[in-house]
Amino acid sequence: MNQFFIFVKKEWLHIWRDRRTLFILIWMPIVQIILYGFALTNEVKNAEIAVFDQSNDVATVTIINEINASRYFKVIKNLHSYNEIGATFRQGKIRLAVVFPPNFQNNLLQKNYAQIQLIADASDPNTANTLTNYATAIIHDYQQSLNQNKDLPYTITTNLRMLYNPELKSSYSFVPGVMALVLMLVCAMMTSIAIVREKEIGTMEVILVSPLKPFRIIIAKTIPYLAVSIFNIACILLLSVYVLNVPINGSLVLLVSESILFTITALAIGILISNGAKTQQSAMFTSLLSLFLPTLLFSGFLFPIESMPWPLQIISNIVPAKWYYIIVESVMIKGLGFWAVWKETLILVVMTLVLLGISIRNFKIRLA
Amino acid sequence: MRVLKFLLQKEFRQIFRDPSIFRVLFIAPIIQLLILPLAANYQIKNINLAVVDHDHSQYSQILINKIVSSGYFRLTDYSATFPQALKSVELDKSDLILEIPDHFQKDLVKDNKANLFVAANAINGIKAGLGSAYIQQIIQNYNQTVRMKWIQFPRFNPQPTIDVEYSDWYNPNMNYPFFMVPGILVMLITIIGSNFAALNIVKEKELGTIEQINVSPIKKTYFILGKLIPFWILALVVLTAGLIIARVVYNIIPIGHYITIYIFSAIYLLAILGLGLLMSTYAQTQQQSFLVAFFVIMIFNLMSGLFTPIESMPHWAQVITWFNPVSYFIEVMRMVILKGSGLADIKNQIFAVIGFTVFFNGWAILNYRKRS
Repeated sequence: MNQFFIFVKKEWLHIWRDRRTLFILIWMPIVQIILYGFALTNEVKNAEIAVFDQSNDVATVTIINEINASRYFKVIKNLHSYNEIGATFRQGKIRLAVVFPPNFQNNLLQKNYAQIQLIADASDPNTANTLTNYATAIIHDYQQSLNQNKDLPYTITTNLRMLYNPELKSSYSFVPGVMALVLMLVCAMMTSIAIVREKEIGTMEVILVSPLKPFRIIIAKTIPYLAVSIFNIACILLLSVYVLNVPINGSLVLLVSESILFTITALAIGILISNGAKTQQSAMFTSLLSLFLPTLLFSGFLFPIESMPWPLQIISNIVPAKWYYIIVESVMIKGLGFWAVWKETLILVVMTLVLLGISIRNFKIRLA
Repeated sequence: MRVLKFLLQKEFRQIFRDPSIFRVLFIAPIIQLLILPLAANYQIKNINLAVVDHDHSQYSQILINKIVSSGYFRLTDYSATFPQALKSVELDKSDLILEIPDHFQKDLVKDNKANLFVAANAINGIKAGLGSAYIQQIIQNYNQTVRMKWIQFPRFNPQPTIDVEYSDWYNPNMNYPFFMVPGILVMLITIIGSNFAALNIVKEKELGTIEQINVSPIKKTYFILGKLIPFWILALVVLTAGLIIARVVYNIIPIGHYITIYIFSAIYLLAILGLGLLMSTYAQTQQQSFLVAFFVIMIFNLMSGLFTPIESMPHWAQVITWFNPVSYFIEVMRMVILKGSGLADIKNQIFAVIGFTVFFNGWAILNYRKRS
């Protein structure tokens, strides 16, 4: 056992003395949380738009002012011809153009009917959709104000409630996602590189002739990374509670234990990758392609899994991060207990055991 | 010049003789380009709906049918009480609850107004926002049909009405891959450009072969050019493969010129390769270099407008994007491919990227030392 701890210490010193790597291991989750929490949102606001007003009367000016006053739009340009619309879009300046035909107010007040054209840059379909919806709502409000708010008969009122996240903050879904990403990265990628590195440089030979059992050597290599991951989890949780105001609604003990379980899954994957790779470069790229991207894509925090084509939906099931994400979301945000996540936990446990089993069987004591 | 030729020969041999590099360089990006746009789809479909119908009337039935047949929703749960429906949301079986109160039909027909209650799982804000917008739209439509049935509308509009007409330019079918593929291609090229050259130099450092180059009469500019040029060419080949896939698989035919794309890419790659070189001059081990590159590229990609719009960021974050070469390239790709922008439209972006090229490469050459 003493020998074992000496190996853990050796590995720890490797990490501790490589200050650049350590620096990044510690700062990566922090920077990610801050970026995801503050900088990145899918909400559309301050979209720059242009106006082509051929009437320039009281009605159009009022509507333009109301559009400009909302937090979604910023009118940055007045156009003077149809051709200018295309040119401005091509320069990438605006997202939406609002076109008023001539005699807008006259038509509106005398014929009771007037038209507005909204031209959206639909190269980004979601933003285009959202912007036309917002603009239409503002125009309808104006129309309503002309009608002096007469109540229409037979009206259905829909009361809307947003559960768990009433302000629709993106950080609620990003925090669990970043946890999955960071743990995968630190544990799996870093351990696989650390093991393969000893192979590539040749020091593995020295270690393998030591009296310690080979598998213990590998475990000793993973323990310091487990420690770094636990530190990372603590940082992420502290930041999300105190800086991003994302609450931990469920049990902290459950959340941390599930995270440690996921960390062990990730470590097992790291060992498995290191078995197959001969050079650090191939270990890095295998980890990047088989871990980072699937975690980003299939955990469900950036892109909804239900919208994917069915073969990808099936693939998503073998990605451990998907199950971990569901667990964190349920425990942390929804505040549910173990009864709600036992199935996902069981899946992770089985995955871990299978992965560990395969990597132990394939671990080679002899160098080729 | 002869020295450079030999260096290039050496680098190309090294690249082509390592099958793993070749695999990662070509096969991986192609697979990603085939899978990522399908997965990276923000279009919200198949929202799971739980219905709690206390009314059980003809009207509530018509409304439910209308919602289910819209194509956006899947009826997954039909509960008797709201707490039961809430449980199905907790277990992720449903995303949205529609509660139809008692006497819905009676209230609507007799009292002229009725209420509906919608609750959405809002952990994922976009999904909740769009889902509730869809359902409200359907309810409005339904409301309109009910109204039409009961009131005879006069032939002329009794009140001023504004008719809003929509046109969706550049992507009228709202095809999401049109938007994502150019951006993802940029991301892949950036990863290749910044990582491979850097790893290559650090590998020579770690294995010790750089000593041999350092004692040779090779000038450091030649050495760096020898590392830059092969990966510059390879990245352009990958770009070409990507553009072919975009055309054949996703049917994305650029409205602008391919030449514009290549001119910009050629300059952009110099900047990104320079960034890789710069990182390699600081790193001692491949692990370090990879991790630093990964960290920087991750921030660049997140702050590039690939996944989330730049305009929505707070001001300080927008300022950061000005110093991010990736954001310029993504903007240019989308402009040229989808809107047909020409060189004159993208001149600001070109100047910015030239600036990055000079800055990164200059710093890298200054910082590269032949002494260890």
